[in-house]
Amino acid sequence: MIIIKGIGASPGISIGKAYVLEDEEIVVTRTEIPRDRLRAEVARFKAAQKATHRDLDAAEAKVLKLLGKNHAKLIDAHRLILRDTLITQDVPKRILSEGVNAEFALSEALEAVNQQFEKLEDEFFRERRHDLFDVGKRLLAHLLKHARRSLADIDHSCILISRNLLPSDTINLQESRILGFATDLGGKTSHTAILAQSLEIPAVVGLSDVSRRVKTGDTVILDGEQGLVIISPTPEAVAKYEKAQAAEHEAERALEALKGLPAVTQDEKRFQLQVNLDTPEELKAVLALQADGIGLFRTEYLFMNRPTSPTEEEQAKAYSSVAKAMAPRPVVIRTADIGGDRLTQMGIEGPKNETNPFMGLRGVRLFLRHLDLFKTQLRAILRATAKGDVKIMIPMVSAVAEVQAVRRLLNQAIAELQAEGVALPKMVELGIMVEIPSAAVLLDAFLPHCDFVSIGTNDLIQYTLAVDRVNEHVSHLYDPFHPAVLRLIHNVVTVAHRGGKWVSVCGEMTSDPHAVPLLVGLGCDCLSISPRMFLRVKETVRGLRHAAMARLVAKAVTCSDSEEIRRLMREQGL
Amino acid sequence: MIKKTLTVTPKLGMHARPAGIFVREACRFKSEVFLSKDGTEVNGKSVMQLMLLAAEYGSKIVLRVSGPDEADAMSALEKLFARKFDEE
Repeated sequence: MIIIKGIGASPGISIGKAYVLEDEEIVVTRTEIPRDRLRAEVARFKAAQKATHRDLDAAEAKVLKLLGKNHAKLIDAHRLILRDTLITQDVPKRILSEGVNAEFALSEALEAVNQQFEKLEDEFFRERRHDLFDVGKRLLAHLLKHARRSLADIDHSCILISRNLLPSDTINLQESRILGFATDLGGKTSHTAILAQSLEIPAVVGLSDVSRRVKTGDTVILDGEQGLVIISPTPEAVAKYEKAQAAEHEAERALEALKGLPAVTQDEKRFQLQVNLDTPEELKAVLALQADGIGLFRTEYLFMNRPTSPTEEEQAKAYSSVAKAMAPRPVVIRTADIGGDRLTQMGIEGPKNETNPFMGLRGVRLFLRHLDLFKTQLRAILRATAKGDVKIMIPMVSAVAEVQAVRRLLNQAIAELQAEGVALPKMVELGIMVEIPSAAVLLDAFLPHCDFVSIGTNDLIQYTLAVDRVNEHVSHLYDPFHPAVLRLIHNVVTVAHRGGKWVSVCGEMTSDPHAVPLLVGLGCDCLSISPRMFLRVKETVRGLRHAAMARLVAKAVTCSDSEEIRRLMREQGL
Repeated sequence: MIKKTLTVTPKLGMHARPAGIFVREACRFKSEVFLSKDGTEVNGKSVMQLMLLAAEYGSKIVLRVSGPDEADAMSALEKLFARKFDEE
């Protein structure tokens, strides 16, 4: 038994016989072409381009059928590469000026670009060169009249092992009933990896020499989660992985089965589990989760990259569609948390180059300076109340006066709309984000002016610990388990409940199954979770006892560092 | 010549798909289209060069358009960013 460690590119386990794809090394030799034949050589290259276009048309039809429109755009990108001046102009130029064969001119041109790609620091973009190679190989195959073997022809279910797989190869994998694949080359963000994830085929890449170590027919285990390939496994290893595979399928089924079940702990305490929504496009996926509502509808997307601010009509339409789809479940719409730089883009005079935008003019601060923008958004949200249970939430609140100002503006907007004959519900709940420590500490003073609070953990942690998470020098200090953070949240929940107001938590902490026991123990009424983690968190909540978690939190708030809290949790098997 | 600074909206940056959509749109116009990031300027009608720009999500890029239909080209290309390149 040999275990090789690579990069897990697509999760899942597969066990089966290996099929090793011989490396398709295309040898290109340099041939000098006589001057009078150069025109013909260029024509030959043009013919290869045409043939490759036909290939891409066929590939596109296949992707469209298997994966849908969005993935088909990848082929479209390949088509553009084929039309790129690099191919259409540089190659003929090389043929003519150097007097060489088309194959050589092409591979030289490709290599020149490859070198530029290799210099890129960003791994994701470096991996994009495989798209170029994909097109390049197709072209070469046509020039050399080399029949490109299609993976669709491998008709037995096997684990594919090869030096590299191009995106176009990956597309063929599903039809050929392949169980998974392992390659010497590749990274986690290459198109091949992304396609494997979409097709739900387990894959391990970056194994350096797996294609030389495995022989066709060998039994192989692929562990896409850990990034492992096990060659000729012992019967024990096979048994272990078969069990893991069965458990994986079981876990998937179990998570699926949680849809529609209430988020209730073992001791019958009911929590509202909601989802965060970034754009209405995600709505379909969110609806499928059957969540208790949308706890945070971020509206920033409406203000992104545009020369003018979004109109009331446009906004009302967007909010109404979400409210209607979710009704009768609640939708909490957060007014835009944008910074000054957005204003400039929308043609409004705003601050430029703030030295510290996180502590600058953003969120409610910005909107209170631009009441027209603010009122437009409030009116649009109010108009959506006709379609469902809509609540309003204000970001970046640091002083009571801000909430009072918002309340006045909201009342004005309500009065205006009523005067215009728009029917509104008796009451529209107004909540504040608790993400600035001042609001968390002084919550009792804020409570009379709002109807609910929502703790934004990302910013609350960042501001409490004075840590910029994207600053590599301090990011290790960003710690959701810091006792100071926990105490603040504890204070917020206690004070809010005492004042008869409900507490929601949004932010990444709700999507971390390790942190969720604390939030349950803290007694937060509602967790708003990223859609991807929703069922996982529900599973966690349903497995906990609220009373035990409350006791855990009582101890945790007395701890002096996060390690102590983590230890407490480990002792309870969390 | 018109110039504007835009924020990269596709979640994975200007990778093949959005770059492709951009080039396709850019090629509809007679004007020359350039994109630059951190001092490197590339031809906005070449998908390869666009990808070499390695413009990640949230980064700022400068769009420069020059030619007879520059106003129309700028507004069309800007719209792509506003629509996040129709990503799902």
